[in-house]
Amino acid sequence: MTAHAHAAHLETSTGLDNRKLAIWTFIGSECMFFATLISNYLVNKGKSLVGPFPHESWTSPSGQHFEPIFEIPLVTLGTALLLFSSLFVVLALSGAQRGNRKALLGWLAATLACGIFFVGMQVYEFTHFVHRGLGFTTNLFGSSFFTLTGFHGTHVTLGVLWLATVWVDALRGKLPPSKSLNLEMAALYWHFVDVVWIIIFPVVYLIK
Amino acid sequence: MDAHVTGTAHTEHTHPTAGLYFKVGLVLFVLTALEVGLYEITYGERAGSFAPTIKPLFVPLLLLLSAAKFALVAMFYMHLKQDHKLFSGVFVFPLIIAAFVIVALIVLQAYHFAFARAG
Repeated sequence: MTAHAHAAHLETSTGLDNRKLAIWTFIGSECMFFATLISNYLVNKGKSLVGPFPHESWTSPSGQHFEPIFEIPLVTLGTALLLFSSLFVVLALSGAQRGNRKALLGWLAATLACGIFFVGMQVYEFTHFVHRGLGFTTNLFGSSFFTLTGFHGTHVTLGVLWLATVWVDALRGKLPPSKSLNLEMAALYWHFVDVVWIIIFPVVYLIK
Repeated sequence: MDAHVTGTAHTEHTHPTAGLYFKVGLVLFVLTALEVGLYEITYGERAGSFAPTIKPLFVPLLLLLSAAKFALVAMFYMHLKQDHKLFSGVFVFPLIIAAFVIVALIVLQAYHFAFARAG
């Protein structure tokens, strides 16, 4: 029996690793958190009195014209990369569990690249929206949109930072198979951020 | 013992292979393409004469596609299919409450607006 298997036998009341149970409990609480933000977006959907609007053009009383604000192709690219990053992080975890350092470092670097692109995409999108006249207090759509996607973007940023620390550990040789749970916890959080976006993408961007 | 274990005492199940991960990734990519394609043929620049026929099905289809993607990631990438059932319970129970909260608030708002308009 390997050191990994020995490390696996823990004296806990559930027989499960408390850290893994803790991350799942945290993820469960995060479901509730995002449910409130998604609810907030949905109940305020279509109730803005002034533009700019997500899917329709609008002309203000002063005659200023605003085009629909969403850019679906860019967000679709970000969505695809976030989905791919979930694939990459499970491949990195598989590498960590098999003691394949090269696979671990490579796939984790790919995950980080996708995450950084996604955050960059959101920063560009937010900046672009502000330049086109949609601020946090412009209308109900702006407030609920920036709150929901902003909190999600913050979660992605924290996930990138967490995965980056695991990558540095792996680079220093401090992530042997017996410690692969360190990556598994970060990966579970990362997948959760991905599944939240799986809901946000159609609800916010595609449903009119 | 195989090093390909989950790292917990009662959950020493083998995780899916890299091949399965790639297959799931491909399905997720196709489902996302279907979502965007559905949007394009219903509301986008490629919306055709059959767009009015699709419109009533648009939201249910999108929700179905995103639910399928959600389930695939949770089952295979988050390993809920292989791991201890307690993890599934800890995740799914709040998820049900979360879904209930979303539906309840939408119904409450819809009722409020209907009532305000009527009265």
